Amino acid sequence: MSALLSVTDAHVAYGKVEAVRSVSLEVGQNQIVTIVGANGAGKTTLLSAIMGILPLKGRVTFAGQDLARLDIEDRVAMGLGLVPEHRELFVTMNVEDNLELGAFRIERSRAKASMERVYTLFPRLKERRKQLAGTLSGGEQQMLAMGRALMGEPKLLMLDEPSLGLAPIIVADIFRIVTELRTAGVSVLLVEQNAQAALKIADQAYVMELGEFVLSGKASDIAANERVAASYLGFQHEGASVL
Amino acid sequence: MNTTIMLFLVQDGITNGAIYALLGLALVLVFAVTRVILIPQGEFVTYGALTYASLAAGQMPGTAKLALALGIGACAFDLFVARKALHGRLILRSVLTNIVLPSIVLALTIYFAAQKPPVAICIALSLVIVAMIGLYLYRIAFQPLAHTSVLVLLIASVGVHLALQGLGLLFFGAEGQRGPAVLSGAFTAGALRFTGQSITVYAITIAFIVGLWLFFGLTLYGKALRATAVNRLGARLAGIRTTLSGQIAFLLASVIGALSGIMIVPITTLYYDSGFLIGLKGFVAAIIGGLVSYPLTAVAALVVGIVEAFSSFYASNYKEVIVFMLLIPVLLLRSLAAPAVEEEKD
Repeated sequence: MSALLSVTDAHVAYGKVEAVRSVSLEVGQNQIVTIVGANGAGKTTLLSAIMGILPLKGRVTFAGQDLARLDIEDRVAMGLGLVPEHRELFVTMNVEDNLELGAFRIERSRAKASMERVYTLFPRLKERRKQLAGTLSGGEQQMLAMGRALMGEPKLLMLDEPSLGLAPIIVADIFRIVTELRTAGVSVLLVEQNAQAALKIADQAYVMELGEFVLSGKASDIAANERVAASYLGFQHEGASVL
Repeated sequence: MNTTIMLFLVQDGITNGAIYALLGLALVLVFAVTRVILIPQGEFVTYGALTYASLAAGQMPGTAKLALALGIGACAFDLFVARKALHGRLILRSVLTNIVLPSIVLALTIYFAAQKPPVAICIALSLVIVAMIGLYLYRIAFQPLAHTSVLVLLIASVGVHLALQGLGLLFFGAEGQRGPAVLSGAFTAGALRFTGQSITVYAITIAFIVGLWLFFGLTLYGKALRATAVNRLGARLAGIRTTLSGQIAFLLASVIGALSGIMIVPITTLYYDSGFLIGLKGFVAAIIGGLVSYPLTAVAALVVGIVEAFSSFYASNYKEVIVFMLLIPVLLLRSLAAPAVEEEKD
């Protein structure tokens, strides 16, 4: 069976500056794949381009279909979801409305069941369902952003720095939920600066530096490789990378 | 001044203010969703009013033909943009909404114009014609520019305004027209006399505001429109097309404009270019509301209406000047409160 998402020789440029150069990656069914690397390596740029927010040179196929001519909205309808770094919530609307809109392209009858699933995954959101999204804490906003993306019934969920700026206990919670998603049949492409945590839950990993993949392989191998850890991921021993 | 005159002026001001409120709300809506400052809103008013008046007088309004012409243009745009990935359903949908629909409306208009139709049919036809014009204008003039800056959109908006005004002169001539009252008759309460028309204005305005409130608060499409206004990228990531939101916004704005025109034209004689000034007063209200706040816009519109009524009583030559002067202190205060204005990125 071919990969769910496959990116071949992708280049992404801001004007004349190439932020991503000749990158290829694959995400299989029921897989967590992570892209780790320092700030500014081009990880967010790559995700945005896969989603169609930025123009991408190269070939991207999802569920066997070439994405070249499809808008963001069409990619969403196909089952590709992105939780962006800045979350992009509807801050003046309540939690429930945010979730309901996440299922804009889904049949009404299925959306109800979807919302129950999201509430089971994030009980905190259910408690706050009438609260405005803008008044939620950072962790709750991250959960809402993930919940909204899950409402669209994605086959692949792309998460951009879900742990950024969150307390360690909430980060642990979010990573636990990511592994639950894999069990539920949702593949995940996870972009993280918190490499240790990401490598712990991922199946496959890519290490990105200055717009290129410098290393790829099984996540456990990459985590175990001390030389790699020291030179690319910026940590010498357990715990040093947690900000 | 005695109380009777004052009450009378306030009543007059509220009637006009109600219409400015509707127009102001439409402007805020369109700006929030598409970032277009809708200068042609005034033309929707004129087109609605004069289409209605022409039909009621048994004349064929040129706007029905314009709708078909714009529809053909919109269809051409649709097909050209999708030329590399054309499929049957897309072609069929585009032809149906952009060509078949205005053709049917044109046929109905020709049929009814010949026989002085009843008021209800005149209103329905006028609303549909102007709504289609609004929808197709969005497709032709604004959708292709959707990603550009507010300034570019504003320039396009001015262009559309000028074009529509010129076409208005062509369709309706330089003479003014009046239409039949939607509701005739009147009653008095104390010193005040309420005409059927002014009651209609209040009732329709309130009904529309309540309707919009329900639409935005309860329906999925209403929420999607709000979502686009709050966070365009977020909306796209939820699968909500910016173009769909834009279409709904323009549809609502053109219907509101036409409805306002139909409500005004029995009270005041309207000319092909009268709409601009009326729309501009809705714009004053929208600016006072900061182009974001619906309640503030509605209240500001009533204030504009009342100020206008009083200034036309005391200094009728300066009535427009006084109304537009309202803007200066508001803009000053706003610029002091928020010195750094940054253009939305995306």
